[in-house]
Amino acid sequence: MIKKCLKAFYIGLILLLLYAPILLLAVYSFNSVNTIGTWGSFSFTHYIKLFTDEAILEMIGNTVVLAVSAAILSTILGTAGAMGIYYSRKKAKTLMNGANQIPIINAEIVTALALAITFVAVGLEKSFFTLLMGHMVICTPFVVLSVMPKLKQMDNSLYEAALDLGASPAKALFKVVLPQIVPGIVSGFMLAITLSLDDYIITSYTKPSTFNTISTYVYNATTKGNAHTAVTLSSFWALTTIIFVIILAVVLFANITGLKNKKKEAHE
Amino acid sequence: MIKPLRFTRKSLGIPYAVFLVFFVIIPMLVIVFYAFTDKNNHISFVNFINFFSDPTKLSTIVYSLVIALITTAVCLVIAYPVAYILARSKMKQKYVILMLFITPMWINFVLRVNAIRELLNWIGLLGEANYLNTIIGMVYDFLPFMILPLYTTLLKIDESLYEASADLGGNSFTTFTRVTIPLSMPGIMSGITMVFLPSMTNYVVSDMLGNSKVTIIGKFIETYFGSDWHMGSMIALILLIVVFVSTLLSGGFKSEDNVRGTNL
Repeated sequence: MIKKCLKAFYIGLILLLLYAPILLLAVYSFNSVNTIGTWGSFSFTHYIKLFTDEAILEMIGNTVVLAVSAAILSTILGTAGAMGIYYSRKKAKTLMNGANQIPIINAEIVTALALAITFVAVGLEKSFFTLLMGHMVICTPFVVLSVMPKLKQMDNSLYEAALDLGASPAKALFKVVLPQIVPGIVSGFMLAITLSLDDYIITSYTKPSTFNTISTYVYNATTKGNAHTAVTLSSFWALTTIIFVIILAVVLFANITGLKNKKKEAHE
Repeated sequence: MIKPLRFTRKSLGIPYAVFLVFFVIIPMLVIVFYAFTDKNNHISFVNFINFFSDPTKLSTIVYSLVIALITTAVCLVIAYPVAYILARSKMKQKYVILMLFITPMWINFVLRVNAIRELLNWIGLLGEANYLNTIIGMVYDFLPFMILPLYTTLLKIDESLYEASADLGGNSFTTFTRVTIPLSMPGIMSGITMVFLPSMTNYVVSDMLGNSKVTIIGKFIETYFGSDWHMGSMIALILLIVVFVSTLLSGGFKSEDNVRGTNL
C-alpha cells in the first residue's frame, strides 16, 4: 500500500513539475498587470492585445501558412517517394533509405548550416521558397517513415488483380494502393505539421529577414529585448495558454475516438 | 526506335530522389568542401588543425559536453522510475498517463522554453545561475525523449522473468540490477542518444535561459556562420561524425521511439 502511494506520488510530482510553467502562464494570462507574481485583477487584456497586435497576428498567420504548405508538399513528395522506394530494386532502395535517414539523425544546426551555405553559394536569395525547402527537408523523411510500414503490410496481389482486370498501372495505384496506405499518409501529414510548427533553427537559417514565425518572433523578443518586450511577452502567455488548450482538446479527442475504434474492432 | 515513356511504379520515387540530392546530399558535400578548404578555397587542413590546437575552442566543447552529460544523467534518473512504474502498472488508464507526459511536447518549442523562462524569472533564478538554468530547461524540454524509449522496452519485458528471478532467490534489488537493467539496455541507449544530441546542439534553451552567456556546440557553429564558413563547416562536420557514430552505436533511429509520432 505504501509502495503504491509512493509510486503515485512520484508520477504526480513529475507531472506537476512538467506542467508548472504552463499552468503559471495560464493563470497569469488572465492578470491585468504585466508581472508574474503580482496579481492586479482578472482581465482579458493580454488576450485582447494578442488579437489586436498586427505584428503578432502576422507571425501567427505566417507560422500556419508555412506549416500547412510544407506539410502538404512533404506529404505528396514523401508518399510518392515511399512508393518509389518500396518498388525499387535493392540498391536504389538502400541508397534512398540511407539518404532519407540523414535529416532525421543529423543535428538540426548542421542541416540548417549546410542548407544556408549552399543557398548562398549558388546565389539563391533567402525567400519563402528557401524556407519552404528547409521545412520540407525536415518533414518529408518522417512522412516516408510513416507511409512505409503501411506499404509493407499491404496485400500486393490486389494490385496485380487490378491490372489483370484491365486497370492501367496509374489507375491501379490510385484506386487500389493509395486507399490502403491512407492511415500512414494522414499520420505523416500530422507529423509534418507539428514538426514545422515547432521548428526554430532551420527557420532562422533559411527565412528572409522580414519573415517571422512564432518561434523566431518569441526567440527574438526574449533574447534581443526592446522597448515593447514587456508588453509583447505578456501576450505570449495568452498565446501559450490558447495553444495548450487546443492541444489538450486534440489529445483528449484522439484518445476518446481511439478507444471507441478499439472497442468497435473488438466487437467485429 | 525510341521507347515510349512508360509509367512504372518505381519512377514515383524520382522527384524525392532529386529533392534528396539537391537539398540533403549536396549541402552535406558543401559542408565537407568548406571544412577542408581555406579562405582562398584551396584544399587545406588549417581548420582541422586550428580547431584542435585552440584551447578556447576545446574548452567550449568540453563545457558543452559536460552540460549535455549532466542533462542526460538527470533525465535518465528522473525518467527511469516513471517509465518503470507505468510499464509495470496494471492500471487501465496507464496509456493516458503516458500521454500526459508527452502532451507538453506539442506546444511550440520556443513558447515552452519561454514558459520555463518566466518560471525561473519568477523564482529569481533568471540571470543569476546561467548554467543551472540551461540544464533545468534542457531536462524539462527533453525528458519525454527519455521516458518513451524506456517505457517501450520495459513494457516488452516478460513478467514471468521477474517471477523467475524471485523464485531463484533474487531479492528485488538483484532482480532490478541483473534482470531489469540489462533487458532495458536498448531503451536506455536510445533515450541517451535522443537526449544527449539535442542537449549539445539546441542552443535555443541556452540562449533564452542562460542569458546568452552559455555557449554550447550548436551556438558555437552559429557564431561562425557570419564570419568564417570554413571553421563553422569544420565544427559542423565533426558534430556530424559524432552524431552518426553514436547513432550507429545505439542501433539506429527507431521510429517507435519518436516522441512526436506516438499519438496520431
